Amino acid sequence: MKEDNHPEKINRRQLIGRVAAMGLVLTQGPFERVIQTAGLPMSASDDPTKKLGPFPGKVGTRSPAEQLEKFTSFTSSRSPLQDFYGTITPSDLHFERHHGGVPAIDPEKYELIIHGMVERPLKFTLNDLKRFPSVSQIRFLECSGNYRGGNEELTPQQICGLTSQSEWTGVMLSTLFREVGLKPKASWFLAEGGDAAVMTRSIPISKGLDDAMIVYAQNGEAVRPEQGYPARLFLPGWEGNTSIKWIRRIEVSDSPFMTREETSKYTERIKDGKIRQFSVVMDARSIITFPTFPVSVEKGWMEIRGIAWSGRGKITTVEVSVDNGKNWYPARLQDPVLDKAHTAFRFLWQWDGRETVIMSRAYDETGYRQPFLQELVEARGSSGGYHFNPVTPWRLKPDGQVVLASETPGRGRGRRPTA
Amino acid sequence: MMDFTKYGFMLSLLCAAACSGSPRTGDLSNAYRDIAPTASTVSERRVPAVQEAAWPERFAFGTIASKADIKRWDIDVKPDGQGLPNGKGKAEEGEAVYRAKCAACHGMNGDEGPYDVLISSEKKSIGTYWPYATTLFDYIRRTMPFNMPGTLTDEEVYQLTAYLLSANGIIDSNEVMDAKRLPRVEMPARASFVPDDRKGGPEIK
Repeated sequence: MKEDNHPEKINRRQLIGRVAAMGLVLTQGPFERVIQTAGLPMSASDDPTKKLGPFPGKVGTRSPAEQLEKFTSFTSSRSPLQDFYGTITPSDLHFERHHGGVPAIDPEKYELIIHGMVERPLKFTLNDLKRFPSVSQIRFLECSGNYRGGNEELTPQQICGLTSQSEWTGVMLSTLFREVGLKPKASWFLAEGGDAAVMTRSIPISKGLDDAMIVYAQNGEAVRPEQGYPARLFLPGWEGNTSIKWIRRIEVSDSPFMTREETSKYTERIKDGKIRQFSVVMDARSIITFPTFPVSVEKGWMEIRGIAWSGRGKITTVEVSVDNGKNWYPARLQDPVLDKAHTAFRFLWQWDGRETVIMSRAYDETGYRQPFLQELVEARGSSGGYHFNPVTPWRLKPDGQVVLASETPGRGRGRRPTA
Repeated sequence: MMDFTKYGFMLSLLCAAACSGSPRTGDLSNAYRDIAPTASTVSERRVPAVQEAAWPERFAFGTIASKADIKRWDIDVKPDGQGLPNGKGKAEEGEAVYRAKCAACHGMNGDEGPYDVLISSEKKSIGTYWPYATTLFDYIRRTMPFNMPGTLTDEEVYQLTAYLLSANGIIDSNEVMDAKRLPRVEMPARASFVPDDRKGGPEIK
């Protein structure tokens, strides 16, 4: 069983080598997938129709040819955006960012306490939380420190792999607030995690009463330990750090607590020496996930693909340019377009093989347009930091190699076809 | 078109089985009420909604959190000093604790890493980028040192707080930090902090 459910990890080169030794021919397809392109089985033992396969197992597996991985650093690990189809992130590939490691929490001993400016301070076991009316929401979750650049050999995963999407299930925080009874002066609450960082953020009560949840499930199963098992706060559209994982305590108050993560971190320098605080909503963003580094493409028809999202509501339009920002065309959006959710976009295009730069930009229902890098730099007087969501351009070289383009158009917004 | 999509999605998400006998066209909001009287329509709220009108006043799930339950976890400190414990500390004592328990990550001088710069008049540091002195106490006590989180005594935390404030030139080296004095420390960075002014819409901010 262990063999079946945990196939040994092999990389693509090893796989190609092994399968070639068996007489099959595998090559890298246009989407960086390994595909079987030619060759009949050399012998009956290599022909899957001539060999009985394993019987049904207790846990499914990934194909050995599809070994997706997060890109890890000391502080985070990033979702392989370029390897995904559609918009739901497989739970084991959801990005991770934590500040004191992943705690081991016994669900039988788990408790959430809500106290402070409430009529009845209460503590809830995990089972208590699950007894309340439940809700599911498909929403993205993105870390606000989700921008890398400065090197043409970067993948979407490396540039902005700190965004993922899940169906989250739990109880609305408004339901729990109703149960404890908020006092009239309640205007903020502190959310505190049960990890080694004892992570804390101050959240306005208005968000708690709007769409905040305490979630205990993700994509149909219990929330994974890396995502806050057994329960976490989830604040749709807000920077990931505010969705406190492993939540153990909520203290209702009449003012913010000014924790480290909302003062010396998760704030950004803007013009005139000022520092922007409580900048929690994620602005609209998009990124092309095919074709991007490290794939090579052939001239002819290709479908440019990507995702777009906004913390302020629905994506209304994604525009694609295939001539370095001179002309922009609307991409096809995949229905249903959800609030505060990764939205898949697609744009069919025939490449003539000449060097060019392709890029996408998202618009949301507030009328916001995803800015170019230079526009962000000018607006903030800073060239990076939290909440950096620039248009990401990709250069297609004549040999078909795709790399991150180093320059982005600054001022000219390009033409939008009126039709 | 959008509304239809929205309704269709919501219906399938929330009540696929129950919907099967209801008309699929026309005013879906009424159909929705018929099949799920305790839920509201999507247009009433932006999220998969719950309608509280049909709920009991209280579900009575969960149990009262006693004062002891709350005290066990309630370690936060607010800018006005609420939550600060008894105890006190001076910079000189704090320097010794710092060298023993903090310098490995933050550097003997507090500005050479390998991790966060704490003492500096130029780089992002406690002196230039921390708006509230109380946050120092809260954060150090809550989670430092990184490899032994939450092991410092309140006394040690006051000492370290005094040392870091003094080393950044914010307080005198002989000042004693305690629950009364710490909230009154004026942080140089305080005036730089402004609330978020992004609100969506066409302006790039």
